[in-house]
Amino acid sequence: MDRRQFIVGATQGTAAAACGGLVWFALLEQQASAAVPLRPPGARGERDFTATCIKCGLCVQACPYDTLKLVKMAEAGVAGTPTFTPRDVPCYMCESIPCARVCPTGALDPQFPDIAKARMGLAVIDPESCLSWQGLRCEVCYRVCPVRGKAITITNHPRQISKHAMFVPVVHSEACTGCGICEKTCPTEAAAIRIVDPKLVQGKIGAHYRLGWKHQEGPQEPVAAEAARPATPEAKAPPAAGGLEYLNRGRWNAMSAPSRLKRESFARSARAAP
Amino acid sequence: MSALTSASQSSRPVRHFEMPASLAGKLRVWRFTFARRLVQFGVLLAFFGTLHWGWTVFGQPLLTGNLSAAKFAGVLPLADPFAVLQMLVGRHALAAEVLIGAGLTLGAYALLGGRVFCAWVCPMNFVTDAAFWLRGKLGLGSGSDLVRLPSQTRYVILALALVLSAASGLLAFEAFSPIALLHRELLYGVGLGLTAALGIFLLDSLVLRHGWCGHLCPLGAFWSLVGRTGQVKVAFDDASCTRCGDCVKLCPEPRVLHFGNAAASGMITSGECTNCGGCIAICPESSLRFDLRARIRGAAKRGPANESTPGGST
Repeated sequence: MDRRQFIVGATQGTAAAACGGLVWFALLEQQASAAVPLRPPGARGERDFTATCIKCGLCVQACPYDTLKLVKMAEAGVAGTPTFTPRDVPCYMCESIPCARVCPTGALDPQFPDIAKARMGLAVIDPESCLSWQGLRCEVCYRVCPVRGKAITITNHPRQISKHAMFVPVVHSEACTGCGICEKTCPTEAAAIRIVDPKLVQGKIGAHYRLGWKHQEGPQEPVAAEAARPATPEAKAPPAAGGLEYLNRGRWNAMSAPSRLKRESFARSARAAP
Repeated sequence: MSALTSASQSSRPVRHFEMPASLAGKLRVWRFTFARRLVQFGVLLAFFGTLHWGWTVFGQPLLTGNLSAAKFAGVLPLADPFAVLQMLVGRHALAAEVLIGAGLTLGAYALLGGRVFCAWVCPMNFVTDAAFWLRGKLGLGSGSDLVRLPSQTRYVILALALVLSAASGLLAFEAFSPIALLHRELLYGVGLGLTAALGIFLLDSLVLRHGWCGHLCPLGAFWSLVGRTGQVKVAFDDASCTRCGDCVKLCPEPRVLHFGNAAASGMITSGECTNCGGCIAICPESSLRFDLRARIRGAAKRGPANESTPGGST
């Protein structure tokens, strides 16, 4: 083989490997970015989880309720990793967390301290099919929830005269473990409450919104982003006003005289009332 | 090639392997195949029985998990070192258990010969052996391959798997491993794992002889590298070999039966040898046998002195 032949051959071989490698890489990334299935308690972040789960099924075998299943090829998520379908079998939140305890790689934290701290997913309610939202007294999800009174609460929604008031379930993400017992128990034909990946439904307010009334209720805590910003003389200038008091300042003062008078007289009478 | 022309072979007539007519003789020829099926099926059954029928040993589950990671008797962790290596190159922190398990498994195969996994444990071996059997029935020799591929392709795939695992932080081979897929299907129920097995059966039987194990499988390539330190080897007796070549025709890794190397070292040295025992069973001159590397080497060292007396008499 002469030198030219060798160089051509080596380049062709490298090109073939690179071509295969690129296709392989694309498939790998595509599989990892597919819709995220629900994970057992104590799982690492999704990408880290799929990369450290060795797909041994030990968690599946440890689960006393046959909740966990391994993802099959061509199902959403990386094949061989554990998941569960709450409508079939939810997670019954064993205190000893046997699934996480047996994980040999740490993809599920074997030392995960408290099942109530698990975040397998987040319950979301479809008001269009939720019985409570139709004005019926259902509230099954509230009653079966293992994190009772914290993950799901009932809120009273008064309705028009001659119709029922509504007692509707509200999910609180800070306490919901995503166990799915609510989804399993929901009496509607297709569950009106479902466990989903929080990323699909959870928004984020953003640090620049000041919820004034929250400042009034609690101790005066500076908004995180604002606290981080270096204090300027301009920022210090307006005196800290409590709650909705800011509505009585600023552009309200630029209001037309008659409306201002009206407001002031209203305020006077309000003060005089009690 | 000098070994080919040595006096001991050229003077002897070449006999070829013939299947014995007696049942006892047939069983003797099939003994390693039976043993391999027994071990392959036994491992699978131990996993299956523990999973589905609650088999125990000393009050502990017999063998939980699967070939990727397992626990024997509730105490002994085992893990696939290649899968763990893909995690490690992705710079993931891992729990100690899987590292210990991978270390123990690696150590065991490093002693037995890495590719003992391929011939004696891997569930895909059922499929590839069936494909090879079909090729024999159809009379398809190596010349009838549809495509040609260097057998070193698997080392490129092995390297790619590690590079991609490092680049993406994901498990490049484990994500698609047809072996893991098939094994999981056999344990947990039918799915695409059987499709993977069918694909490999078609590849091996009709497209490329020993296509998967001999050309593509990066896990086999990994075990080949580990197998270089193997202590259980196929010993080769150069004096009785007539170079009939029957072993080469049967061997899933024909290159490992290099007579020159084998004659020089007294054994099949390559880590690619799967210790399947096929060559031993069909050798018409009984020139091949399993032995320990240390004993073979010891015999080879004493060889020249020993051979001088009996060698002169023949």
